[in-house]
Amino acid sequence: MATARSNRLNTYAAHGALILYTLIALFPVFVIVINSFKTRKAIFREPLAMPNADNFSLIGYETVLKQGDFFLYFQNSMIVTVGSLSLILVFGAMAAFALAEYRFKGNTLMGLYLALGIMIPIRIGTVAILEMMVQTGLVNTLWALILVYTAQGLPLAVFILSEFMRQVSDDLKNAGRIDGLSEYRIFFRLVLPLVRPAMATVAVFNMIPIWNDLWFPLILAPAEEVKTLTLGSQVFIGQFVTDWNAVLSALSLAILPVMALYVIFSRQLIRGITSGAVK
Amino acid sequence: MSNPENKPKFRWHIVVFLAPAVLVYTAVMIYPLFNTLRLSLFTEVDQERMFVGLQNFRTLFGQSVWSDQFWNALGNNLWFFVVHMLVQNPIGIALAAILSHPKLRFASFYRSAIFIPTILSFVIVGFAWKLILSPIWGIAPDMLDAIGLKSLYAPWLGKEAYALTALSLVSVWQFVGIPMMLIYAALLSIPDEILEAAEVEGITGLAAFWKIKLPLILPSIGIISILTFVANFNAFDLIYAAQGALAGPDYSTDILGTFMYRTFFGFQLQLGDPHMGSTIASAMFAIILVGVCIYLFGIQSRMRRYQF
Repeated sequence: MATARSNRLNTYAAHGALILYTLIALFPVFVIVINSFKTRKAIFREPLAMPNADNFSLIGYETVLKQGDFFLYFQNSMIVTVGSLSLILVFGAMAAFALAEYRFKGNTLMGLYLALGIMIPIRIGTVAILEMMVQTGLVNTLWALILVYTAQGLPLAVFILSEFMRQVSDDLKNAGRIDGLSEYRIFFRLVLPLVRPAMATVAVFNMIPIWNDLWFPLILAPAEEVKTLTLGSQVFIGQFVTDWNAVLSALSLAILPVMALYVIFSRQLIRGITSGAVK
Repeated sequence: MSNPENKPKFRWHIVVFLAPAVLVYTAVMIYPLFNTLRLSLFTEVDQERMFVGLQNFRTLFGQSVWSDQFWNALGNNLWFFVVHMLVQNPIGIALAAILSHPKLRFASFYRSAIFIPTILSFVIVGFAWKLILSPIWGIAPDMLDAIGLKSLYAPWLGKEAYALTALSLVSVWQFVGIPMMLIYAALLSIPDEILEAAEVEGITGLAAFWKIKLPLILPSIGIISILTFVANFNAFDLIYAAQGALAGPDYSTDILGTFMYRTFFGFQLQLGDPHMGSTIASAMFAIILVGVCIYLFGIQSRMRRYQF
């Protein structure tokens, strides 16, 4: 392609198509956010106008912050997301190391067993998961969610991380063994730091689906004090359907944290996908 | 590799490394999965669990109260999948093809912007589109009016004939970023030499896309197809957020996920029935398994992979 005679018309057409699609992608978010800052009248009269001095209003945000416990929901989502990500990364890396490093009976079988979960969605087992969580008293605790998301994230994590761990040089590990390092030290001291980029990729892949999940919070942890932000905003919006200011403000508040995460991690995410981690 | 096979000592560290992942995965994912399949063979009589064999499946497929709902949900789910395959994946591939042009400016901006809907939760997406398409707010009719097509407007989400297609398109809007990124990655991995060789032969532009790049990215298209399939037959959140557990209007947007949720969790006056819920989950499991097997044995193994 280095010498492609890209004529101008083609370039314009390419930009035109991309700009059009970018507008389609961003328009709904834009409309929600600008209208969340307007008075009820302005929302209906001029939905596409920017908020200005005349129609500016924070009434929706006031309702949301008064009625819904969004800080608590946010905190719950944070605990669940960070907790599950940590477990996925630590347990996943350990298992990936065992599979990539040692030859033992049943290695391939174990790899296949752990890979099953990549294609089979955990939601199929929901009925039995709920029953188990009720029996163990974990229902309506954040632990229920953390355990489920850990189990859900492990298969792909093990798969990706073991691919990367196979690339770590044997010489390095053998040098460590000659120096008398235990296998645990070789893993934590030598191997883990080298696969940090792959760990970041796994973390970013798992973060957004966990943060956004509605199914398991709805079924395993619907109680007020353990609601996640996604479930909390769903319930809140359901109750305030007719209060457009409150609904638009709640939506904007729910967009905020994911957008922040995306801005921080988008480079990592895109690099992860494009480096072929999921091929 | 480094430990000789005949070393007599049992290597405990392998067990320690594997145990946490295997335990959590087995206890929270694999065991409940099989337990759900097992529960589909039971029913509850006077608060006692009773083994009934395949009776639940006979109920699901034999009694029209159940089977009508099941076939309706399955049919809707198929349409949901077809819309994704026909709209989401081609748009994703087209966007990736444009983005992968090496001299394109602002490519990373477009890429990040188009991916934004994918990171939003179903709750946000569902409600945002519900508001935008709502006849009360009037954004959609006003915009159609601006381009002279106001007559095309209908309250899509409220009409049985359109609601499912409208929601499928909303889901397409949300997830177009995933095929775009995966295909983009595949296109970038095509070596320049191949494209240059083609150019020497006079194959450039669109012809290069159809004749050179498309055959080379077929394996990735296979992957996005199976990912779409599994995600669609397991979908729930968007329908629930936009239309509620009843998947209105009149069950016209009911898919397997919402049907299973209603059945096992209960709604309004109907009590939840975990055993019928498990039966539906088992049917979903079978459908997904068949899809994955068709992909693994029918498509993937026949596809030629090129090593660069």
